[in-house]
This record gives sequence, C-alpha cells and structure tokens, in this order.
Amino acid sequence: MPQRSTRFTLAAGSAVALAALLGTAACSGASGGSGGGTAAGFNAAAASVVHPSTAKGGTLRFTAAQDFDSLDPQRGYYGFMWDFARYYTRQLITYDTKPGNASLKLVPDLATSLAQVTDGGRTYTYHLRSGATWEDGSPVTAQDVKYGIERTWAQDVITGGPIWLMQNLDNSQKYPGPYKDPAPDKLGLKSIDTPDDHTVVFHLAKPNGDFEQMLALPEGSPVKRSKDTGAKYGLRPFSDGPYKFLAYQPNKTLVLVRNDKWNKASDPIRPALPDRIEVVYGSNADDLDSKLLNGEADLDLNQTGLQQAARVKVLRDPRLKASTDDPTTGYIRYVSLVPAVKPLDNIHCRKAVIYATDHKALQTARGGPIAGGDIGTNMLPDGVKGADTKYDPYGLTSNGGAPDIARAKSELQQCGKPGGFSTTIAVRNNKSAEVASAVALQASLKAVGITTQIDQYDGAQTPNIIGVPNVVHKKGYGLIVMGWGPDFYTGQGFLQPLVDGRFILPNGNNNYSEINDPAINGEFDQAIATTDADKAGQLYSDINHRVMQDAYYLPIVYDKALVWRSDRLTNAYTATSYSGKYDFVSLGVEGAK
Amino acid sequence: MSAPPHEPGATAPADITADLPAKAIEGRSPGRIAWLRLRRDKVALAGGAVVVLLILVAVFAPLIVSLLGHPPDQLHEDQIDPNLGTPIHPFGGISRRFLFGVEPVNGRDLFSRVVYGARVSLLVAFLAAVVAVLLGTLFGIVAGYFGGWVDALVSRVMDLLLAFPQLLFIIALVSVVPNSLWGFSGSGVRMAVLIVVIGFFGWPYVGRIVRGQTLALREREYVEAARSLGAGRGYILFRELLPNLIAPITVYTTLMIPTNILTEAALSFLGAGVKPPTPSWGQMLSAAVTVFQADPMFMIIPGLAIFVTVLAFNLFGDGVRDALDPKGTR
Repeated sequence: MPQRSTRFTLAAGSAVALAALLGTAACSGASGGSGGGTAAGFNAAAASVVHPSTAKGGTLRFTAAQDFDSLDPQRGYYGFMWDFARYYTRQLITYDTKPGNASLKLVPDLATSLAQVTDGGRTYTYHLRSGATWEDGSPVTAQDVKYGIERTWAQDVITGGPIWLMQNLDNSQKYPGPYKDPAPDKLGLKSIDTPDDHTVVFHLAKPNGDFEQMLALPEGSPVKRSKDTGAKYGLRPFSDGPYKFLAYQPNKTLVLVRNDKWNKASDPIRPALPDRIEVVYGSNADDLDSKLLNGEADLDLNQTGLQQAARVKVLRDPRLKASTDDPTTGYIRYVSLVPAVKPLDNIHCRKAVIYATDHKALQTARGGPIAGGDIGTNMLPDGVKGADTKYDPYGLTSNGGAPDIARAKSELQQCGKPGGFSTTIAVRNNKSAEVASAVALQASLKAVGITTQIDQYDGAQTPNIIGVPNVVHKKGYGLIVMGWGPDFYTGQGFLQPLVDGRFILPNGNNNYSEINDPAINGEFDQAIATTDADKAGQLYSDINHRVMQDAYYLPIVYDKALVWRSDRLTNAYTATSYSGKYDFVSLGVEGAK
Repeated sequence: MSAPPHEPGATAPADITADLPAKAIEGRSPGRIAWLRLRRDKVALAGGAVVVLLILVAVFAPLIVSLLGHPPDQLHEDQIDPNLGTPIHPFGGISRRFLFGVEPVNGRDLFSRVVYGARVSLLVAFLAAVVAVLLGTLFGIVAGYFGGWVDALVSRVMDLLLAFPQLLFIIALVSVVPNSLWGFSGSGVRMAVLIVVIGFFGWPYVGRIVRGQTLALREREYVEAARSLGAGRGYILFRELLPNLIAPITVYTTLMIPTNILTEAALSFLGAGVKPPTPSWGQMLSAAVTVFQADPMFMIIPGLAIFVTVLAFNLFGDGVRDALDPKGTR
C-alpha cells in the first residue's frame, strides 16, 4: 500500500483530517467500483465532453443546499434555475449544448431557425417547429409563447425574474400583464404578433443586438394559459420539455420523471438520458459534499463549488481530484472605488488603492487559484465579446500579484495625501470569502498608510445598503467589495448595469462607483443598436478601457469554482452559457438498467 | 468609633493558628487569615499564578509580540498553500517563527493574535465585572437596607433582568450601534457596548447576594449602635455595612470574570463581538469552524486559550471563596 503511506505523511498534521481522508477514500473507491465509471481527470469536462454516451435510463441525483428561487420560468433568476429549467421548458432559441465557450452560440429550439431580422433590427420573426407538445399532448403554439412572455409584465404576481424582455418590448404601451388584460384572449401586448399558430413576430421600438440573448433566457418560455396558476405556477410548472414534475415541495423533495408526450423528433437540443431526476436537499453544505464524495449523489445543483473541508480532501488526493472540474463561472469579484467618498474623488488616491493592494492575498482570500480564480486584470472576463484578459493597465498580475508600494506612494503624493488617508470598506457579512478579501485589502492598504475600517453589513439587505447611493455617501463607503455575474455574455449584460450612468438607481443600484460618463453612455447606445457583434465587441472593449483608466474598479479574480463530477455521469461538460455549470440537460448516468 | 470590619464570628479558628510557628501569636486581621488559608491552597495558587501571567501578557502584548511574533494584522501568504488555504507546514504551521502556527487563508501569526486576543477578553471581562459590581452593590445594599417598596422595586427589576434573553438582546443591539459612539470608533465602540451590556445584565447576580447579606447585617448590634448614635444613612451604608460585604463581593467578582470571558467569546463567535481585524478568541473559533477538518490547530489554539483562562479564574475564585468563607461548603 505505498499510496496509503504517502497520504499518511501528507496528513500527518492532523489526526482528524487523516481519519476523514481514509474514510472517504475507502467510500469513493467502493462507489467507483459499483458505478463502473472511471475518473476522467481534473478539469476534463471544462473543454470536452466526459463519457459521451447515448445510453438512457437511471436516476440522476442532485444535492442542493439552496432551493430554487422559483421554478416558474418567468420568475426564476438563480443561475442554476436557468440551467435546470431546460428540463421542463423550451425557448424559441437556446444555447448550444457544447462544452466551454462553444456553448455561448445561440441555436434554434422551438423555432425552426434563428430569427429573420428585418426593419433595421427592429423586427424578429420566428417560425415554430411542428411536433412540440405540452405534457397533455396539446401542441405548443405561437400564442403560448406570447402568453408566457406577457406574464413578465404582471410584476405584482410574477415577481423576481429578469425584465429584459419587458424593457425592450413594452414600447410605451404600459401593458398591465395578462391577468389584468381586458382582451378576451389575454394577448393584448402589441409588440408581439402571432399571425398564425406557428409564427411569432417581435417588434422592438429600438434595435437591440442582444435581443436573442434575452429570448434565450427562461423568461422567453411559453406558458399554456389554461394551465397558468399565477403566483403558484412555480410549484408545478406545466412541462413542454422531456421531463415533468412528479413531486415538488420546496426545500424537501423534487422529482422529475419522463414526459411521455414529449416528442424527441421536435427537439434538437435535449438528449433526455436519465429516466428520473431527483434533488437531495440539505442545509449543511459540508454534509452535502460528503454525499457527493461518497457517491450518494452525482452533482451539486447550486454548483457553487465544494466547501473548504471537501476541497482540501479532494485536492490532496489525486484520485478524488480527477473527479472534479474547475470552470470559470463568468463572475468577476471586484472592489468598487467610490469617487463620491473623499478623498477617492481624486483619481490618484484611487490609483494608490489599486497599486497598494496585494492581489495575491486577495486571490488567496477568495480561495486561491483553483477555488477562487485567476487574478483579474480588467472588468471584462473571458467569453464576453471584446474581452482581453491580457489588458492589465495596473500590472495586477505582475510579480505574482504583489503590491507595487513605490507607485502607490507616488500616487498618494500626487493625490496630496502623502501619509495616506482613511476610509471604510463595505462588505456583506454572509459571504466569508468577501469578508476575507476585505481583511486582506485592509492589511495591504495599511502598508502605505491607508487606514480602513471594515463595515460588515447585513448581506440580505445588500440592495438597500450599498444599492442606495445616499447610504453609501452617508456611511462613507469608499471601497465596496462585491461580485457580479452577467445575465448573458455580452458587454450589455455584463458591463452596462455596472458602469452606465443611466443605470444609477436610488435603490438596488449596481453602479456603486456612480460612473456617469457621457462618452461611456454613448458607446453603450451604439453597441446595443448594432447587430454586428464584432463592432459591439470593439465598443465594449473601449468602455472597459475607459473604466479601467479612470480607476473605478479593482478587479480581484475571474471567479472559478471547484465542482464535483460523479464518475457515473455521462455527457458531462461545463457550459460558459450557464456560468460554467455543468449543462444539466445533457447529463446521463452510467450503469443504468 | 467604628464597627469591627468583619463579623465577630469570623475570627481565626484555633486550627489555623495551631499550625503556625509559635512566635506569631499577635492578633491577625481577617484579611491576613484569608491570605494564609489561600496560601495553603496549591490549586488556587496555581490558578492565581496563571491569572497573573495572563494579565501580564495582556498588558505587555505589544512587547511580547515584538519579541516573539509578528504584527497581528500582517499577512504571511508564503505560509499558506494558496489552493488549499491551509498552512503549508504541519500542525497548523507551528514553527520557531510562528509559535502557535498561522491562521488559514491569510497566514496571520496566531501567537500574536492570541496574545492580543487576551487583551480584548480580559479587558471586557474585567470592566464588565466592575460595572456589574458597582451597580449590584449599590442597588443591593440600598434594597437590603431600606426594604419596603424600594426593596420590592429593585427586586422586581432584578427578576426582570435575570429573565431577560440577554444574548439575543446584545446581538440585536450591536447591529444597530453606530460606528462611532461615546468618543470611540470601530472596535472601541463594540468593546464599550459589550462592557456596558454584559455588566448591566450581570449586576442582578451581585445585587441579590448583596441584598441578602445586607438584610442579615442590618439588624446587627453594631449597626443598631451606629444608628442610635445618630449616624446618617450614608454612613451606615458605606462605612458600616459595605466593609462587611467586601468578602462576598470579592468572591463573586472573581467568579464572574470567567463567565464574562465566556460571554464575550460567545458573542464574538456569533459576530456580535469586536470587529475584525481586532483579534478576539471567540472570533477565531468562529472562523475555525469552516476549516477545522483541514486545519484543526486553528480551532484548538484559541479554544485552549479560552479554556485555560476560564479554568484558572475559576480555580482561583474557588480558592478565594474558601479562604474568605471557611464555613462555605466545598
């Protein structure tokens, strides 16, 4: 047993860890044998499909520490809900079922092809495939698509979901939503035409090059009017996908079974391999990790990454490590520098903060290169058109992320604060990695005389604290530690809420630095109006450069998550379109009878 | 004129004087007798020695850390495996440079943080005890001596406070306390709030004992004598009664300090204690919860610090009680 003795020395530091380690190794060995799978290797599913297979059957088992915000296609906003929604909803167009960045490509789903765009980018026309059906066997019609989208307008009932389509399709009609619609067929929204049962035409007031990105969100799913239960729809959505709900009790049970009315021939996207899909709920994330490592479940529904305890176990054991992937999640972790709080109104003081920061320490605070991510260089992560992670104007990755004390001091001189200054770091109290980042930031700024105090505010109140510019000013939050993930992978989805001056809100604001630069705002208008993705990418790249040059943001990392992939899983790959999560809809299980 | 500083019944029992060398036949004050008793209690003395050591450590923390450690806020990334977040070296990174190892993730020197943590723990515990003793003695003695509606009122207030869910109250209070208050800011505010609140909720325990003792003492002859000679209320309360209450108050104070240390640690554990980066033992324990499987030393070391401190105070406090009150049951 030479392997055992090496592990022994590694774990010599801790009897507890040792016992846990040996216990887990034994368990995972056993499950590997019964499942018949072999570990494909660390990060194998990030670039390619692991265990490609078309074998059907078996039960796919998810673990979940956190339940869905809502399973209602128009209300869900959690990333894992969007990924999961493809089991029971279909959209006109959706993301390609390919690994990595190839998943960002839009492909037709209910529609026969991508849109015919006419009228200078204002009209989008789709034709529906024949053969798509609801779980009662009735066909999915153009009216169902329109009705589903209309539900978003009923913001008093259909709460919590994205409102991209509403922003782009209301066209000043102030449509009240289908529940208050005086029209007998409840299809009173003027901007969507359904000339026949299988044609949908969208009329935009202004062109938006990302319109199809918005339609690909679950927000664009059809809902059958006779089956709409309003606010309760999320408890039992009516399926037009390959699976339907057998049972759902929030935070207790969720079982999907095959929808026998689903017509494979009508669906180019979904392989529908497992017979049954189950979610194992639990409140203790460490327990759920143990279930994954023991083979009692296949993957984490939330896809937030293994907890510290399991991470250490996995990374110390090459055999366990081979069953994990380390995708980038599309999130960027950053510190917002708030010019409204003195002396950060002076660009040199902002630059001093950026240069004085120990980027390696902040990366370690986030979880290191594997669980935290690569040190961020600018505000556009890889995958977004126009991104260039090599653009590193402050040399954040040079010298292994070490601070540049000399330049920080010279910037302080130019700012007129040679001895440093003091400010407040605001951080959510419920995100331990963000608190650790704040502590590391505080320690590194102290080296140049910038003294800070950390204010840990109630994370559940984020939109009402850092989301309110007045509160930020009053509390003197000069530095705000935060993270941001886009709804879709374009400069509009990613950067606009953070840096467009017209997105500064009195409440629920995301532009914490309150950047309001007419040049930036104008470039957004141009980029959104064009349907030429390359041109838009160039403009977004330009905006990114402006934001970085003015030192409004200190990027920490391009987020990564170390996620567990059971050896039973087939067709496993991580999809950038779903924030680096496994593409749930493609997964199958091996050893199925 | 003055009453005997202690109850007449508490004069030295014969067995104590019998053990002592014959030359020391002169009268001994009760304090000296108590000291002689305490001196023979080896366990209490050991506890007392640890308490003194801890106080010295807290007072001279900057000196100790500059000699044996690193600044408590300094990060030592080189001591941490960036991917695991745990110390590179075994046993939590304990080495000659880092006597107690390093904190996971940011590599801060645990020795320095434990030493500085002692400051927070002891300062909060001592000052909270002082607040509790001052309030408890004042209200207890007044309630016991005057009786009647004053006693009824004070006793009901004490009952109310004893039944109050103080932990929940403090957690709620801390979340609304502003960043600067009473001339303090940051961690200073939190410490001031902790001292005031822990002290405030602690006084009824002292108050009850003082009230009970006062009830017994106020009918004593020396009090009667003072009263008949026309002594004022203030004189009787603070010159006649108070000196005779010193013994129970001292005992209770030494036993209250470890309780306060635990309360402070519990509050810090729950995030209602001092603010980071000010080190505190409870906060370290709280941070260790998520990593204890990977790095158990990070939990063991602050845990041991709390354990040793509380044990030392308890042993010492028990010894003081035995020494001052030989009739008390062990």
